[in-house]
Amino acid sequence: MSTGTLSEAPVRKPRRRRLDASLIVGIALVGVIIIGSVLVASVGRNFFSAGNIRDILTGMSVLGFVAIGQTLVILCASLDLSVPYVVSLSSLIAADMMAGNPGNIPAAVLTVLVVAALIGTANGLIVTKLKVNGFIATLGTGLIIKGYLDTNYKGTSGNVPWEFQLIGATGVGPVPVSTLIMLGVAVLGALFLARTRTGSHMFAVGGNEQVARLSGIRTARPVIIAHVLCSMTAALAGLLLASRLGVGSPTVGSQGGYDLLSIAAVVLGGTLLLGGRGSIWGTIGGVAIFAVVDSVMSVMQVNPFLKDVVRGIVIVAAVAVYTARITERRRPRFTSTGASDAAGGGIAGGGRGAGSAGQGTPAVVQEEQA
Amino acid sequence: MRRRFTVASAMVGAFALMTLAGCTTDPNVGSPTDETAPAEEEVEWFDQELFDKQDAERGVAPEGPEDQPWLQYINAEMVDTSAFASEGAKKACFANASISNPWRQTGWITMNQQLRVLQEAGVISEMETRDAQDSDDTQIADIDYFIDEGNCDIFIISPNSTAAMTPAVERACDTGKPVVVFDRGVQTDCPVTFIHPIGGFAWGIDTAEFLIDELEEGDKVVALRILPGVDVLEQRWAAAEKLFDEAGIEAVDYFTGADPTEIKKIISDELAKGDVQGVWMDAGDGAVAAIEAFEDAGVDYPVMTGEDEMSFLRKWKETGLTGLAPVYSNFQWRTPLLAAQKIFAGEEIPKEWVLPQSPITAGEVDQYLEANDGMPDGHYAKFGGEDLPGYPQQWQDRIIP
Amino acid sequence: MSAVTSDSQHLRHRLAGFGRTLISPRGAVFLLLIVLLIAITVLNPSFAEPSQFVRFVQRVAPVAIVAIGQYFVIVGGEFDLSMGSVVTAQVVIAGNLIGQDESKSIPVLLFMLAFGAFVGLVNGLIVSFLKVPSFIATLGMMLALLGATLYWTGGAATGNPADGFRQIGRGGIRDLPVIGVLPWSVVILVVLLVIAIWFARRPFGRSIIALGDNPTTARYSGARTWWVKTSTFVISSLSATVAGVLLVGYAGVHPSVGRGYEFTAITAVVLGGVVLGGGRGWVVAAAAGAFALEALFTLLNFAGVPSTYRDAVQGAIIILAVAYAATTIRARRRGRALETSPAPEAKEPDPSEDPARPAPIPSTLRADNETKGGS
Repeated sequence: MSTGTLSEAPVRKPRRRRLDASLIVGIALVGVIIIGSVLVASVGRNFFSAGNIRDILTGMSVLGFVAIGQTLVILCASLDLSVPYVVSLSSLIAADMMAGNPGNIPAAVLTVLVVAALIGTANGLIVTKLKVNGFIATLGTGLIIKGYLDTNYKGTSGNVPWEFQLIGATGVGPVPVSTLIMLGVAVLGALFLARTRTGSHMFAVGGNEQVARLSGIRTARPVIIAHVLCSMTAALAGLLLASRLGVGSPTVGSQGGYDLLSIAAVVLGGTLLLGGRGSIWGTIGGVAIFAVVDSVMSVMQVNPFLKDVVRGIVIVAAVAVYTARITERRRPRFTSTGASDAAGGGIAGGGRGAGSAGQGTPAVVQEEQA
Repeated sequence: MRRRFTVASAMVGAFALMTLAGCTTDPNVGSPTDETAPAEEEVEWFDQELFDKQDAERGVAPEGPEDQPWLQYINAEMVDTSAFASEGAKKACFANASISNPWRQTGWITMNQQLRVLQEAGVISEMETRDAQDSDDTQIADIDYFIDEGNCDIFIISPNSTAAMTPAVERACDTGKPVVVFDRGVQTDCPVTFIHPIGGFAWGIDTAEFLIDELEEGDKVVALRILPGVDVLEQRWAAAEKLFDEAGIEAVDYFTGADPTEIKKIISDELAKGDVQGVWMDAGDGAVAAIEAFEDAGVDYPVMTGEDEMSFLRKWKETGLTGLAPVYSNFQWRTPLLAAQKIFAGEEIPKEWVLPQSPITAGEVDQYLEANDGMPDGHYAKFGGEDLPGYPQQWQDRIIP
Repeated sequence: MSAVTSDSQHLRHRLAGFGRTLISPRGAVFLLLIVLLIAITVLNPSFAEPSQFVRFVQRVAPVAIVAIGQYFVIVGGEFDLSMGSVVTAQVVIAGNLIGQDESKSIPVLLFMLAFGAFVGLVNGLIVSFLKVPSFIATLGMMLALLGATLYWTGGAATGNPADGFRQIGRGGIRDLPVIGVLPWSVVILVVLLVIAIWFARRPFGRSIIALGDNPTTARYSGARTWWVKTSTFVISSLSATVAGVLLVGYAGVHPSVGRGYEFTAITAVVLGGVVLGGGRGWVVAAAAGAFALEALFTLLNFAGVPSTYRDAVQGAIIILAVAYAATTIRARRRGRALETSPAPEAKEPDPSEDPARPAPIPSTLRADNETKGGS
């Protein structure tokens, strides 16, 4: 197969760049932690106390799951806006099926994952086969699931047995079990991207769908798989929330604003919104930055309205610092938004694909950044 | 050809997913609660026992100081708190669900002014607040943080949702410190007291009975609801819908998100479809837009129930329509801190502290308008903070701490 | 006689062209709109009365104006997620700064326009110079602006602005024949739409489309890309400001006015066949997308669809409409690319569509590529 061609275009100098990305996110995280600990100390609290660390890590877990999946989707140059509703639906299915009986846990978890996989498949098929832009496709499926939730569930429902609640409530020292599971999933995700063929195809398809297709990749498959995995990690987030809440809730996903926050975390983690470049660990770093900022603001008792102001500024500032370092390696913008783009109207996708195929030379890339 | 087939099959698949949303049963969801037909679903929020209880409570004269409704209680079973009696200023930890609507903002201002009084009296040293911004998960983390790091002498919790917050509230109770819950409840009786106005069913009964009295059988009522799935709101509608149904009043309900634009569109469409004689709201936010829709369509004002929000009272007065302002007593935001005072003094307090909740009628509008002159539109007439420091400036300027 | 035949031929030709436009992907939104309007009329015949219809247009005006603004951002290759917050902020500014003092209307209106332009400028500069993706830059703006507005007002505005100011969104020219009242919103919408069409045809408008289509070529052709890009954000924020002025009149002040407008606008624009990622689309179709979306909501109201199902129906229709456009585009183009060059395609529908086509990027490249790329 044409693996050579494929890895050449989108994954040029991959190692150094990815290291750069994770490094910058890491530095940003350390910076945020230093500033945060000073601020927390200023009100007489200890940032590194067990309770505070648990608070931060707990804050990371749910968003972390969602963001891992979102990373895969964004790598393929698509988006998933349906995650909040998948999260809610999963929590409900899980809590209803468990119905307080520990014996039902395996079946419930399995069902949740299967349902989520089906939703992800539908998302993936709509994006790849019906050529609907990922933004619109998942906005639509999200609304459909929301309609289903509103119609069929009146408030919280179900009953999660104590054994399952333990996942959300226990920890190893200050580290919650849920965070460990989330990090485990992150490891799997990173391995998947680095070691499997589908993983590298994701980079290829997101980087340049035309080139990927010409080099013999069936471009639909990685996109569909990314959507399936994204819905499944959202389902894991739903399971974790069910475990923490003890019940399923039709609004728990939208409460967390996981759609936009996960996308912001992914971009904060250095993944290119246009696809083709990024890493799971950067995303985890982005999620951690959010969690630390949120936690510090809570300790400081910042006015809730101002919290949103700070969040907004942090998101932009962090990404700005990040992009300032990375720009020299950027591809021309929107030369190809890959699969998602061919969606809105194949014409433009094709056109830009062609454009970028021709421009793949370093000279032009440099020109773009000038 | 193959491409066309895949497109077609994807279309079919997409359709299947879409119809999924429309059907009421999903084979994967095996719980009995959601396999009910739509007709039964609507009564799911309906709880006859609670309905009867709240219906009766509406007629009970509350006990307690006459001019301080926030200290009154209805049908209370008192509990002894002498175990918590203790000297000195205490630290309160407040896990708030959010301040995302005008009702909660008004209450939050009142609460802070009450706090100031108690701080000066040396009862409370400080109150640490964490705001969950409408998220169950965040509020659970907030409560856990308080348990670990807050150094709290008392927990005050305004739960974001009932069932989901129960485990966390139980953990707070396990610390042995007193726990006070207000507004929405939890499914455990471990808190020392649960403070709330009579409730959503009482609201529904008050408003529906008013509309039924003023309207005739066969008349149409448009019900404007904020959002689905919140128990305090759902109970209001559950009661009202049942009564409308029994009285032969045609009622259609919409979710508006409290957005006046949505409200105006909905009313305009309903007016284009046919006459509307009544408007029912599960919260007064955006009531003015509903009234203006009638003005713009050039038809008679409806009989209407809103809330004790100033915007509605003002518009009501200005238009002279037939109305009622149900009240979800905003002064309850004072009560938790006063309960804390009583708890540390070892006084008896009600186990379930049911505060009075009586609507503002046409005869009382002038009085409340006068008392709240100069307040912003998002202010609530029965906020009950007239005797607190900073009145009226804090509420007029709407300074959110 | 001959004149009549040529006339009728001409007419038939035009009708055929019109029909073809309708079923063509780019006309899909008009087809959808017509279907929805007919469905509404069937359910509620009074909707077709001119006075009712004008009221419908009045109601769509703010959404359509926001969609027009969003069109320029999207066609330039970016997103503006901050529009909803701009609308909210402007509504609250109007309520708090004008209050009951009508004489402040003009100064505050000017301030609002300046503020809108400033927000757009900030968005644009962040995107252009800090290289922050617009999705993130405007997401940050959305959070920060809404939070700041709520903080400033303590969560709820003081009250509605003076009635005189609200007339812009609520009142109109009265006592007209046929339609009765011509709302100012409708006038403003028409004026803005005409300006938008004109603007899109101007060299500057074309350079926006060119930039969205291919930034490198756009730069070679000498456009100051940062300014072109920034101006699109200024346009969108200004359009959100106008929408805010109309909405504060139409509905009144509330912090939830404008909530979700960014998604509504993007959905409307995409329904109008505008391609996310830039470079392609027609501003009139974007406005038609807003009309279709609002017509859909109205239809759901008239059809008495239970409130909980509405979202699901909306989601399904959006997906199907976009899928229809996307799949037919491919099917048609695959057929055509083999026989002819795509040039005639541009002439086939109404020539007024032309501004949608980016001048510098020849469509041949696209079709060419599509035939190559089609697996």
